[in-house]
Amino acid sequence: MKFIDEYRNAESARKLLDEIARVTTKPWVIMEICGGQTHAIIKNGIDRLLPGKIELVHGPGCPVCVTPLEMIDKALAIASIPDVIFTSFGDMLRVPGSSKDLFMVKSEGADVRIVYSPLEALKIAAANPDKQVVFFGVGFETTAPVTATTILEASRLGLDNFSMLVSHVLVPPAISSLLESPENRVQGFLAAGHVCTVMGWQEYEPLVERYHIPIVVTGFEPVDILEGILMTVRQLEEGRCGIENQYSRVVKREGNTVARDQISKVMRIVDRKWRGIGTIKGSGLALRPEFGRYNAEIIFDIEDVEVEEPPECISGIILQGLKKPYECTAFGTKCTPRSPLGATMVSSEGACAAYYAYARRQDTKL
Amino acid sequence: MSDKKPDAGAFSCPIPVSRFSTIQLSHGAGGRLSADLINSLFVEIFDNPALKKQDDQALLEIGGLKLSFTTDSFVVDPIFFPGGDIGDLAVNGTVNDLCMNGARPLYLSAGFIIEEGLPLDQLDQIVRSMKRAADIAGVQIVTGDTKVVNKGKGDKLFINTAGLGLIEHPYIISAGNLRVGDNVILSGSIADHGIAILSKRQELNFKTEIESDTAALNHLVAAMLEAGGEGIHAMRDPTRGGVAATLNEFARTSKVGTKIRQDRIPVKEPVAGACELLGLDPLLVANEGKLVAVVANEFVERVLTAMHAHPLGKDACVIGEVIVEQPGLVSMVTGIGGSRIVDLPEGEQLPRIC
Repeated sequence: MKFIDEYRNAESARKLLDEIARVTTKPWVIMEICGGQTHAIIKNGIDRLLPGKIELVHGPGCPVCVTPLEMIDKALAIASIPDVIFTSFGDMLRVPGSSKDLFMVKSEGADVRIVYSPLEALKIAAANPDKQVVFFGVGFETTAPVTATTILEASRLGLDNFSMLVSHVLVPPAISSLLESPENRVQGFLAAGHVCTVMGWQEYEPLVERYHIPIVVTGFEPVDILEGILMTVRQLEEGRCGIENQYSRVVKREGNTVARDQISKVMRIVDRKWRGIGTIKGSGLALRPEFGRYNAEIIFDIEDVEVEEPPECISGIILQGLKKPYECTAFGTKCTPRSPLGATMVSSEGACAAYYAYARRQDTKL
Repeated sequence: MSDKKPDAGAFSCPIPVSRFSTIQLSHGAGGRLSADLINSLFVEIFDNPALKKQDDQALLEIGGLKLSFTTDSFVVDPIFFPGGDIGDLAVNGTVNDLCMNGARPLYLSAGFIIEEGLPLDQLDQIVRSMKRAADIAGVQIVTGDTKVVNKGKGDKLFINTAGLGLIEHPYIISAGNLRVGDNVILSGSIADHGIAILSKRQELNFKTEIESDTAALNHLVAAMLEAGGEGIHAMRDPTRGGVAATLNEFARTSKVGTKIRQDRIPVKEPVAGACELLGLDPLLVANEGKLVAVVANEFVERVLTAMHAHPLGKDACVIGEVIVEQPGLVSMVTGIGGSRIVDLPEGEQLPRIC
C-alpha cells in the first residue's frame, strides 16, 4: 500500500532504532498521547525494540476510555426508549455502564446500530421518519468536525427526528492537567498526529513555553513513531524543548481551518469530566445552545444523570501513564476484554486492551 | 488549567459486566465467547467422545469404516455477493469441514429456512449454484428439508448443510496433533471472503473488486495427502475468527507454541487496504477457500509442491513454525522485527459473514 508500506519498512525502522540507541545516554520517560499510537507501539512490538533507558508511558488519548460513566448510562437510557434507533461507532458498544453495555441493551430488543460515520445515521433518520435516531458523538478533536458537519447537515435537511449525544474532549487541557500532577514523570510528549491534523500545533506552543517540555507531533505507523521518539530524545539529550513536527506529510501549524471553523460554528468549549482524570476545565466540546434541538440530552431530558464511578479498577492511573496495564492485579484475570472492569480494556485504543491482545505473557507472568 | 489536581487514587471504573443472561452476537462470532458457549453448554450437556475432540468434524467408526460427519448453517447477508452466493458457500463450507481430517466427502443434506416473499428465481439461482458446487466437489446432495417462516421472522434465506465423508487413510489429522518443529502452511491470501461480504453491506459503501474465495478444498487436500499424508498433523479451513482463531485452537489443543512471521502472510493489496480503512486485522477476517496445514518438517517440500500444482494452492507458503515456548499461544514476528501475540478475536468483528 502506497504511503503506508514505506512507514512499516523494517530497514527504516532498524536505522531509526540504531540512531535512538546511539543518542540515548540517560533514562527518559516519554508519553504517547494517543491510544492509536499505543496500539501501534504494542502491536508492532516497538516498546521491546527500544533501548532500556527509554520508557514509553501511555496517555489518555482514548476517547472511549475517558468518556465518563454517566455518559454511557445516558446512552443506555436513550437506547432503551421504544422507537429510538441508537447509532454509535462500534467501540462504544462494549463499554460497560453502571450495569449493562449497549450490546446487552441491543440483545434485549433495543435498536442499536454500528455506523462508521454519523452521516450514515442521518440517512437512517431520513429513512425512518417515525423513529428518533440518536448518534453517540464521542472523541477528540479528530472526530469533532464530523459531528459538527452532521449537525449542520441535519439542519440543512430539516430533519426533526435526529439528535446527538455529544461528549467530545480536547487534548491540550489534558496535557496541562497531567503535567500539573505532583506524580507526573513524563519528560516529553508524542502529540497525536490526527488531532493536530485538525487543530494544528499552535495551541501546543504555550504548553512548551509554560512547562519546558518537548512535544513532537507524531504519526501512527511504526517508522513515524520511531522517528517521533528519536526527535524527542534528541531534544531531551540536548537540553532543548520545542514543538517539532514529525508528521509533516499531513500536519500543518494552523491545522485544517475549514474543519476548525465547522467545530466552532456548532460547538463551544465546556468543562468536561474525564473518566479517571476527573473534571478538567475547558477540556470538552458541547453543542451550542442554538443547536439545542439536536441535543439528545435535552430532547430526552437526561441532563441531570450523575453517577459515581466505583473505585474498582485503576484505569485512571493507567490513563495518566503512572502504571502499566500489567501492573494492575486484575489485568488478565478479573479484567479481560470479555468481562472488562474498565473502558481501557474495551476500546481498540485502550492501553489495557493493547497489552491484553498483543503482549500478554511476554511482559507478564499470567 | 485543571479545576482540581488529578487524584490518582480516586480514579475509577465501572462495575464488571461479566455474565450474560441472553445470547449476544459475539456468541456466534467464532471467537472466545463462541468457544465459551460451546464448552460450557453444548459439549458439557451432549457429552460424548467424538464431540469432545472439538474438531470441525466428528470422526466415527461404523462397521469397520471410518466416517467424517459434520454440519454447518449459513446465514450470510447478503445472500448474493462477489464471487459466490449462500448456496455454493453452504456446499463448500461443509465439504471443507469434512475434508480437513483428510476425509473424502460423499454426501450432503440441505435444509432451507426461507422467509415468506423470497423471489423464486433467487431461490432457483441459489439451488443451481449449490448443484454446481456439489458437482465440482464431487458430492451429492441426497436429502433435505424446507421450512417457510413469516415475513420478518427470518431474513430471506438460511441454509443448513450436513455432510458425510469416508476416511481412507491411516493418518491422524487433528487439532491436538501439532509437534514442535512442524511448519505452518497457509494455502493462499487471507481475508478475501470477509472483505468481499463487507463491501456489499449497505452501511459500508465502499467499492472494491475483491471476490470471496469460496471454494471446495477437498481435491487440494487429496493431492496433499497423496504427496505427504503421513507428515500432515493438522488441517483446518480458517473461516470465522480467521487464521488467528485456527492457530490459537491448534496451539491450545496441542499445548505447544506457534510463531508466525507477518511478512510471509499473503494479503492482497485491496484487501489490505480495506482492512486498514476499517480497522480490521486480516488475521481475524474470515476465509472460505483457504486452509492452514501443520506439516512435519521433512514433508513440507513435498506437500508444498503438490499444493503449488493445484489452482487453490498455487500461492501456498510456510508462514511459521511450531515451537516449545509459550505453549497455548500464537506469537508473530512483526513487519519491523518486533514481536507480539496473535490472540483470538474477543467479540463480533462482522456479524453474518457466513
